[in-house]
Amino acid sequence: MTVLADRPVAHEHEHEHEHHEGPTGLLKWLTSTDHKLIGMNYMVTSLVMFFLAGLMALALRAQLATPNSSLLSFQAYNALFTMHGSLMLYLFAGPFAFGGLANYILPLQIGAPDMAFPRLNALSYWLYLSGSITMLLGFLVAGGAAAYGWVAYAPLSLVQFAPGSAPDLWILGIALTGFSAIFTAVNLVTTTFYLRAPGMTMFRLPIFTWNMLVTAILILIAFPILTAAMVLLFADRHFGTHIYSTAGGGSPILYQNLFWFFGHPEVYILALPYFGIVTDVIPVFSKKPLFGYKGMVFATMAIAALSTGVWAHHMFTTGVVLLPFFSLLSLLIAVPTGIKFFNWIGTMWRGQLTFTTPMLFCIGFLFAFLMGGLTGVMLASPPIDFATHDTYFVVAHFHQVLFGTAVYAGFAGLYYWYPKFYGRMYREWMGKTHFWLLTIGFWVTFIPQYVLGLWGMPRRVASYPANLGWQTLNVVSTVGAFIIGISFVFLLANFWVSWRKPIPAGDNPWDAHTLEWFATSPPVHHNFEKLPPIRSERPVWDYHHPDDLTITHGGAGANGKGHDHLAGAATVADAGDKA
Amino acid sequence: MRVEALFLLGVAAFFGVVGLIYWFWAYEQGGFVMLVGTTLLGFLPGSYYLWWSRRMKPRPEDRTDAEMADGAGVIGSFPSSSIWPFVLGMGLFLMVLSMVFGLWLIAPGAALVVSSVIGVTVESRRGGTI
Repeated sequence: MTVLADRPVAHEHEHEHEHHEGPTGLLKWLTSTDHKLIGMNYMVTSLVMFFLAGLMALALRAQLATPNSSLLSFQAYNALFTMHGSLMLYLFAGPFAFGGLANYILPLQIGAPDMAFPRLNALSYWLYLSGSITMLLGFLVAGGAAAYGWVAYAPLSLVQFAPGSAPDLWILGIALTGFSAIFTAVNLVTTTFYLRAPGMTMFRLPIFTWNMLVTAILILIAFPILTAAMVLLFADRHFGTHIYSTAGGGSPILYQNLFWFFGHPEVYILALPYFGIVTDVIPVFSKKPLFGYKGMVFATMAIAALSTGVWAHHMFTTGVVLLPFFSLLSLLIAVPTGIKFFNWIGTMWRGQLTFTTPMLFCIGFLFAFLMGGLTGVMLASPPIDFATHDTYFVVAHFHQVLFGTAVYAGFAGLYYWYPKFYGRMYREWMGKTHFWLLTIGFWVTFIPQYVLGLWGMPRRVASYPANLGWQTLNVVSTVGAFIIGISFVFLLANFWVSWRKPIPAGDNPWDAHTLEWFATSPPVHHNFEKLPPIRSERPVWDYHHPDDLTITHGGAGANGKGHDHLAGAATVADAGDKA
Repeated sequence: MRVEALFLLGVAAFFGVVGLIYWFWAYEQGGFVMLVGTTLLGFLPGSYYLWWSRRMKPRPEDRTDAEMADGAGVIGSFPSSSIWPFVLGMGLFLMVLSMVFGLWLIAPGAALVVSSVIGVTVESRRGGTI
């Protein structure tokens, strides 16, 4: 039997309790450097962006429900799909994961009192918020919001084709949020490397933390290049340079290279954190340890590494990229992703499954991401890509990928950690209604788009003629989109009900494995009064179930014994830990 | 420290190899430069960590058998609250907006940035919060 050890006390310059009880209300919101409050700010802001972008999507679908529709002007349609994509990708999916959930959960999972640089963390949030406002200000200036697609390809984004100040606001907004992401990534890496609790070796980190670490490295690779591309674009627009315009000897392809060297890792910046959520949730509701822990870690690294080498598979049809190189690396990504699927299913295999809302969302993720991933493998093949490039087939593909990750897995995480955030339970039946409505809406929306794409419907068009026979499937798709919209009413109602009539959740309602469930709900200032001994990747499980200890990689049992006489069987991780 | 070092050096090794293959297969400068940059991103901190990991005893968080008591003591300084990140963020916000809404916005923006730099320095030296 193990005993609790005192958590090493975080050093405060002055008496900490006077301070964290000091500022309240608005001043607390403006001055807090607590990772939990900042993470919550991130989550609320990014969910606002999600709902704004979702309403834009409904407007787009309403426009496409009838041929020759005049619900929106063509310029308004272009602005709306640009802002829908920009808000979803830059301001929701990324910040919700690495700014919101990671900020809140990662220090708790490794037993840290806060992020490594609390004030830098606060600055990240304020840059993210001001960048979001900068981008949204585009709706208020003359000419309407930016209308060149979320990729802002030059020369379409140069001043002669995108006049006005809204495109400038868009570029500057990206720059601000880009710096915010870089600062957060530095914070996450430093926190993971330096603030782990004793015994929490790298190969005992929860997979969510591992994935956030890899994501942070991807952010450090990708976002500086995006910021550089945006600075050069701004210079082309205003300072008379010709980096991207052929008129002065520049190269539009350079913009595409720079953008996609950011843009493809970005897809995995948006996917890996959500893989982490799924990998944390499935073992808890299967009552089993994760199947293939190290396989998961190395698959994450392999996906991240390969994803940075495949940027030009978005540029196959430009005719100036090396097709076999990019096609080969893109196809290779299917291998580590397949390992992940195998391990998720292996974790559920013969487990005691309980289908709570987070688990249902994870299973929804598996199906959605499988479909999106398989069509991704198809698109990695240049002949298929040539035929389907810029059609609705691609739209359906990336919506299934990103919906699977950011929405299914993202809301799985939100439901899973909701008791930890507020110390109260959500209503299970409402969560399940949310899931089933979302699932019906999701498949009804996107399966018709694959067919439409194969029939030749191009993306980014505001109107189509009536004689092509596209209307029926477009109506089906629009109906699906509105079902998705309705499903989120249940999410908001759920929060409302649990706010008005709280049901206390306790510290560990799921009998979960990782350290954040050892803290109180919500966690106290600087997180932990005490910590259990960490002898495996499931310290909280080992503490509560001393008769069913997790077998660890080095052979050390949860009581710390058996390590020496099993040292001969030590794995790579153990050897690394000792050196 | 060793696992962290190998993790970063692995980034360098992978992109070094991919960068070489890419250069001799595609002859394309833009992508090659970015891959070299990525290699250095892994190599610089990774080699520094490896250098340190061979000269230091394993930290409690590097050992599989560490007790909580092994990590007792000061683990860092965590300011409880500070107004200056907000001031700095709003200063940068105004300076960015000045490129669209008029260069005069640089004046208040720069004032906020400078005051936040001074404020954070004084705050850290004083060891306090707002």
